[in-house]
Order: sequence, then structure tokens, then C-alpha cells
Amino acid sequence: MALRTSPAIGGMGHSVKRKEDPRFIRGKGTYVDDVQLPGMLYLDIVRTPFAHAKITKIDSSKALGVPGVLTVITGQDLAKYNLHWMPTLMSDTQMVLPVEKVMYQAQEVAAVLATSRYAAADGVDAVHVEYEPLPVVIDPRKALEPGAPVLRTDKKDKKDNHIWHWEWGDRAATDRAFREAEVTVKQDIYIPRIHVASIETCGCVAQFDKVNGKLTVWMTTQAPHAIRTVFALVAGHVGLAEHKIRIISPDIGGGFGGKVPVYPGYVIAVAASVLTGKPVKWIEDRMENLQADSFARDYHITAELAARKDGKLTALRIKTIADHGYTDAAANPSKFPAGLFHICTGSYDLQAAHVEVDGVYTNKPPGGIAYRCSFRVTEAVHTIERVADLMAHQLGMDAAEFRLKNFIKPDQFPYKSALGWEYDSGDYAAALRKAMDKIGYAELRREQAERRRRGELMGIGISSFTEIVGAGPSKHFDILGLKMFDSCEIRIHPTGKAIARFGTKSQGQGHETTYAQILAEELGIPVADIQVEEGDTDTAPYGLGTYASRSTPVAGAAAALAARKIRDKARKLAAHLLEAAEEDLVWEPGKFSVKGAPNQFKTIQEIAFAAYTNHPQGMEAGLEAVSYYDPPNLTYPFGSYICVVDIDKGTGEVKIRRFVAVDDCGNIINPMIVEGQIHGGLTMGFAPALMEEISYDELGNIQGGSFIDYLLPTAVETPKWETDKTCTPSPHHPLGAKGVGESATVGAPAAIANAVVDALWHLGVRHVDIPITPAKVWKLLREHGVAE
Amino acid sequence: MLVKVQINGEKHEADVEPRLLLVHLIRDVFRLTGTHIGCDTTHCGACTVLLDGRPVKSCTVFGIQAHNREIMTVEGLEQDGKLHPLQEGFMEEHGLQCGYCTPGMLMTSYAFLRKHPRSTEDEIRQAISGNLCRCTGYVNIVKAIQYAAAKLQNGGA
Repeated sequence: MALRTSPAIGGMGHSVKRKEDPRFIRGKGTYVDDVQLPGMLYLDIVRTPFAHAKITKIDSSKALGVPGVLTVITGQDLAKYNLHWMPTLMSDTQMVLPVEKVMYQAQEVAAVLATSRYAAADGVDAVHVEYEPLPVVIDPRKALEPGAPVLRTDKKDKKDNHIWHWEWGDRAATDRAFREAEVTVKQDIYIPRIHVASIETCGCVAQFDKVNGKLTVWMTTQAPHAIRTVFALVAGHVGLAEHKIRIISPDIGGGFGGKVPVYPGYVIAVAASVLTGKPVKWIEDRMENLQADSFARDYHITAELAARKDGKLTALRIKTIADHGYTDAAANPSKFPAGLFHICTGSYDLQAAHVEVDGVYTNKPPGGIAYRCSFRVTEAVHTIERVADLMAHQLGMDAAEFRLKNFIKPDQFPYKSALGWEYDSGDYAAALRKAMDKIGYAELRREQAERRRRGELMGIGISSFTEIVGAGPSKHFDILGLKMFDSCEIRIHPTGKAIARFGTKSQGQGHETTYAQILAEELGIPVADIQVEEGDTDTAPYGLGTYASRSTPVAGAAAALAARKIRDKARKLAAHLLEAAEEDLVWEPGKFSVKGAPNQFKTIQEIAFAAYTNHPQGMEAGLEAVSYYDPPNLTYPFGSYICVVDIDKGTGEVKIRRFVAVDDCGNIINPMIVEGQIHGGLTMGFAPALMEEISYDELGNIQGGSFIDYLLPTAVETPKWETDKTCTPSPHHPLGAKGVGESATVGAPAAIANAVVDALWHLGVRHVDIPITPAKVWKLLREHGVAE
Repeated sequence: MLVKVQINGEKHEADVEPRLLLVHLIRDVFRLTGTHIGCDTTHCGACTVLLDGRPVKSCTVFGIQAHNREIMTVEGLEQDGKLHPLQEGFMEEHGLQCGYCTPGMLMTSYAFLRKHPRSTEDEIRQAISGNLCRCTGYVNIVKAIQYAAAKLQNGGA
């Protein structure tokens, strides 16, 4: 896309340096834990060591004697106000604090309120809780067996641990296609429980002003408006009304989906502030964050693919067991209990597909967030890209050739998938061919054959993914009934400077810069003259927040449309100032000029001044607009990733030699920021592929509950990413943009897993579950007699 | 206990509990909030500051251990209104996204470049391996440090 604006204006396509950076590099950001208010109290939480146990006694007496401790809050205390349970985003119920039993290790049991962080921690140590352990259910498959202990005894008439069954697609057509198939493959795939582990943990400062009845909460949340509404709906009976609630989401130290849900700590802090009339701070530590906040993934998948002998795919069939922990608190749009998992047909043209998912209760933390992906699309992509590779191998076809044969073709867009999604645009072959050229695919295959003859283990893995982002069109997308539009409100000041406020909330994506660039593109006002604000519900227009790569697709579109409303009024003002007819004016970013007389023009700044000083009779003063954008469809960014690995036969270590990522996110607003998002996403795809996993022993003890044993990649392990792009604009987005923040997380794990299996295929290895740790690989090498 | 420290050239003192961690002394008592907390186990490096010129993870040092010593935090990098080349580098090379790990990254790389002004990419990656970042993928952080190294070589700051 050609640049339409000068670097001084800085519209779309310019790598404008980020407006948010000057404060961050000086240590002048304001994150939640930086907020300190006069008289502020500190909250700390007592957590259970048991994964499933009856609480027989909570003795607070010793804790109350600890200097600085004011009170200990238990479930019984909250029960008096009916605040001991809260609804989840999926209309299940979740304990704030338990009154009878705990359901997972590290669950909140009681909360200590004190005058300092340290006193609160002392109080936590001094609370004495007695438990009576109950049978623990960890494996969701066992949880479904007859005779398994029923976990949700709070639910009347609940006789098992099954939450819901959900299916999508044409079962009969799919079964028929499998019966008629010449070749089929079937694979069990486990995508383990992982954690977003943003470097900033979660927390809040709740301040209830008893005089004015106003609650202000500084909070690590990706969706401040939705939180405000949820608080009002849940706590209306104790006097919290929505107009008296202000949620401020200040600078956020990474979200990745983990800061969408409401955690009990937030609710307890708010309750404590309402009860005491004092500000209350709750900041979780890293272990609490890893052990009790929402997890991601945890899907046990069985996937089957059918094809003809010539390599043409025909059908896909998937069955999945989804481990949702003790309550269904997944952060998905209401209508999709398994998120957007049914995008699992991926980039391929299939006649038929059918997918079934069953949600299951276990003694694990609740949640189910997307870890930098839009609602389970990573699981979908991992599955289809793994079985696509299996099929290619099975058919004896090259993995790239097989994909090129089966891709949805450019002339098929808009493409209606077998599972009902309407893909907006794409050219999948172009992206894969570009990646193949960049990495030197043919030469690598020759090298691989050569190395294999020498007994070396080298693999090449491809992942050609299709993302689905921009939630979402209100006809399908809501969270607790709230339709998933987003918003932008622009005010142009008399001197031509602007402030724009959004319903989204950046957690590092650079919204202050990219939104300003969209407005600069549409209005010609320089980026430097546009102040972008988000995250304060008292000032920002209502929006559903930032997750699922929805900010550019939804709020970015709202920005363009609000700016266009302003331009329409600016045209009238310019016509008045130039004494010309509106239709005789020509717009270029920054000014209206008279057709055929380019020297006769008015700049947007002159027009803005006139809006307050010289507007025509009968016209309202001011230059403002707001847009609530309801997207007609989702957007479908895509890409092709190729990964080359070498496997050490002595240690089982997988070394990524090269990783080429070709992404297509449509028209790009800021190339620097887009590339940065891809780097970050690739690292968050690499990490679960090789390192990250939260697992539990049979008693429900978490394995990997701190950074000592929950491995995150450092600069040493992380590969040197090579990126490139193609550009297929979205036909329905006002800017032709698609969104990019999560593409790479979604696409990367399968490329890595496919490379590993490719390296080991000739030994008879058909699949390795992620994370592909050295121990796992070494065991395989031993089994196949090639470990050194 | 009375603790007296010099932070970024300014004298500070406070009467604190002996167990107060340095990071809390800096953040909660002296209100310099650029230094962040990301873990409890000295793994993430967000709390890195310099103690007498050496990088330490301030979540694993008691405040009183800093008594009569000099501390440098991210707020001390800018001198006379002029950004340090590392700060410039992080901006120029897009070496940050959410900005939460950035102060720790800056302090670690500041100490590293002072000792190792000429270093390879692999050495830089090793040097920051005690600082975790979840947003950027490290490529641009390394570039930012290389930018600063080059500028410092050429006599900048």
C-alpha cells in the first residue's frame, strides 16, 4: 500500500516511533502496583495446599493478634452479602471465598487485611485452617468415567463432571466422506495446560468513597468497561451502581488473555474497601499468578483427516475433551463454549468437517483463556497443521506440495468453510512460496536427505495457518450478553490538536501510536498532535476491550469511521470558509482544496479553529465524533512459517537452526510495531512448543508453580526470527487491516512440532506432544535405538 | 533500622524493618516506581538495579544491605534531560512493548556495556538471560543494546 501521508504527519505505513515509549524507558509508566493512596490497606490471601478438601475450621485468632492486621475475611463473611460466589464469563459460578470446600491447590481460602504488605503476609501465615482431604480428580478422561467423584456438589442434581457437549459441522457428510476416503490418518494430540505469565502479575487498588458512594478501581484488566458492568450486575444489591463505578486500567505489563477474567482477589479487595471505606491494594505474587490465575489450552484431541490417493483432502473429524478445572470460567464469547476452535479446517478446502468438544470439571484452577490467541484458535491450528503433515507423510508427498494442492485458492474468497466461517480474503500459496524461497526450501530438503544418510537428525516443519480475529460481529459475538462492538470518540480542539478515546486497552501493543496513525491517515492531523487515551471508564466510550487481536479490526475501524464523520463536518466548514460548494472540494490528508484551484484550500487546523470561531449560522459548534463499530465479519490474517531443526542425539535437545515467518495481516498501520508483534508472538509460540507446561500429580499438586520450574524462554534459547510479509487487505475493514498480535503464537508451535516429527519420521515417530522437551525426545531416541 | 542510601545521586533515609526487601524500599518507601517486581524467585530480572555499580535483583536483597551504598535505578539513566544511548536504543529499535521488564533490561545492559563495550550478539543474549520478557521476542532488545554499544563507542554519553 502506497504512503498517502508525509512522515511529518505519520499516517498508515510509517514506522512511527512509539508515543508510549518515552515514559516506559524512564521508569515513568504507571502500573497498578505503582498506585499508592493515603491510608491504603493491603490485602493478602490464604491459599489451600489441598486440591480438594472440606474446610472444617478457619481460626483467625492468632492472625488478628499480628501487629498491623485489621481483619481476616472468610467466605462466611462474604456470604452475609451474598458475595461468596460470582458468575463466570461462561455463566457458570465460581467461588470468591469458599464456605464449605476447596476445589484446587492454591485456591483462595481467606483474606487478610493489614496496614502493610508485610503485615498482611504475616497475617496469612498466622491463619490456621483445618482441612479434611477429599478424593482428587485430575485427569479429565477419568473425571468422565462412571463412579468418578462428583466435584460440583454445590450444584443441585449434578451427577457427573461433564459440563457441556458442543458440536459443529455436518456429522453425516463427514462420516460419509471418511467411509469413502482412500487414505485416512488419525492422531491423539494433547495440548497441555500453560500459563501466559505476563511479567506483571494481576492486582488492583480498590477505593470506595463512602461519602459520594463512588467506587474507583485501578485494575490490571484488558476489558475495563465489561468489568464495570459485571461489577454493577453482581454487586448491585449492595449498592454498587454502574454510574458510581470507575474502572481505571492504567499501564498494563502484558495481558495475553490472562487479564480478561475476574479473579477472586479483585472482588475481595473491592468488598474490603466497601466495608472499611479505605483504599485496599491487592497484588498477587508470581506463584499465586501461576498457580491460581486462568490457564490456557488443556485440550485432549483426537483428530482424523481423510483424503484421496492423489493428495486431495476431503474431510476432517475431531473429538476433544476440554479440561476446564473446577468451574467453567473460560473467556470466550458466550455462544462458543469451545471458543473458535471450529476454525480447525485451517487453510484447506475441505468438503466436510465435524468437531465435537466436551467440557469437563477437574480439581484444577478454573479459566481457559487464549494465551495470545483468539479463543482456542491455537489449538485448532496446531491440530490441523499436525494432521496435515501426517497426511502428507502418509501419502509420501512433500509437506509444501501437499499444502499447495489443498489450500483454499485466491479466487474462492470470500470462502465459506465446511464449518461455516466466511473467510474474508487470502492468498495462502503466495505466503508459503515466499517462505520457501526465503529459507531455500528445495536446498534444505537436499541437505536433509544428505544428513539423514550420515545418520544426522534434521527436520523441516511447515505451518500454514489461518487466524480468525477481530471479535466480533454482534450477530454472533457477545460476552455475558454484551455485544462485542468497539468504539472511538474523537474531539478536535480549536487549535487543531486532538484527543481520541477508545473502548479497548493496550497491554503493550502500542495503541497510542497506531490509533494516532489511523487518525493521522484519515484527518491529516500529525500523530504528534493526537493524544490517545484508553482504560478509564469515566472518560472512554464503552467498548469490550483488547484481546483476540480485536483492537485494530474493531476499534481501529471505529477510529477510521469516527474520523470520517469529522471529515464530513469539516467539508461543510471548509465550504463555508472557501465560499465553495461542498461537492467542489477535494480532500487530501490535512486539507480541503477547491477543485481546479489547488491554491485555494483550508487546512484541517484552520477548519478546526473555525468550528469554534467561525462556523456557519445554524451549524453546531465543535468538531467531535464517536463511532461504535460493529464489524460485519471477522478478519482472517494468515501466514506460512517454516522451521528447520537439528536434534542432538546425545541430549535430545531440539535446536532451531532457522525460523522463517511470512505473515499477511492485510494493510499495515505501523510496520515496526507489526514486526515487533510478530517477534513476540513467535516467542510465545516457541515457548509452549519446547518448554512451557503446567502439570499436576495425582493429588493435584502443581508441577511448575513458580519460575523455578515453569520454564520461560530467555534471550539465549529464543531463535533469531526471520520475518517477511505478503499483503491481502481485508475487503470489509475500512482500512483493509486484519490484526496481527496473535498470529505468530498461533502459527509457530505446529511448525516446530512438524519439524521435530519430520526429523524423526524415518525412525517411525509419528507424533510428539508439545512441549517437546529434551527428555521427551531423548526417550524417543532411546526407544528407536539412536540415542548416543 | 535506619537505612541511608544514595539513589541516583540523591540521599535518602528511612527507618525500616530489617526484612524489608530493597525493591520495596525503593518502590514503596522512596516512591521510585520504575523498578518493577515480576517474580518471587530472582528469575525475571524486572527489579534489577545497580548496587555500587553492580547489577542486583532487588527482590533478593534486603534494604538494609544497601545501607551507606549507592543505588542506581532506571530513573537515574537520563542525565541533564538527555536520554542514555540505551534508552534511545530501546526506542529506536522497538525494544519494548508493555514496558514492564524494560527498566530491568536497561539496568542489566547498562552494567554489561560498561564492562563489555565490544560484545557479540551471543554475548549480549547471555548477558540479558536473567531478564525475562514476554512481549518482544528479544530480537529487538538485542538490537537496542547493539545500538547503544555503537553509540557509546562513538563517544555518545
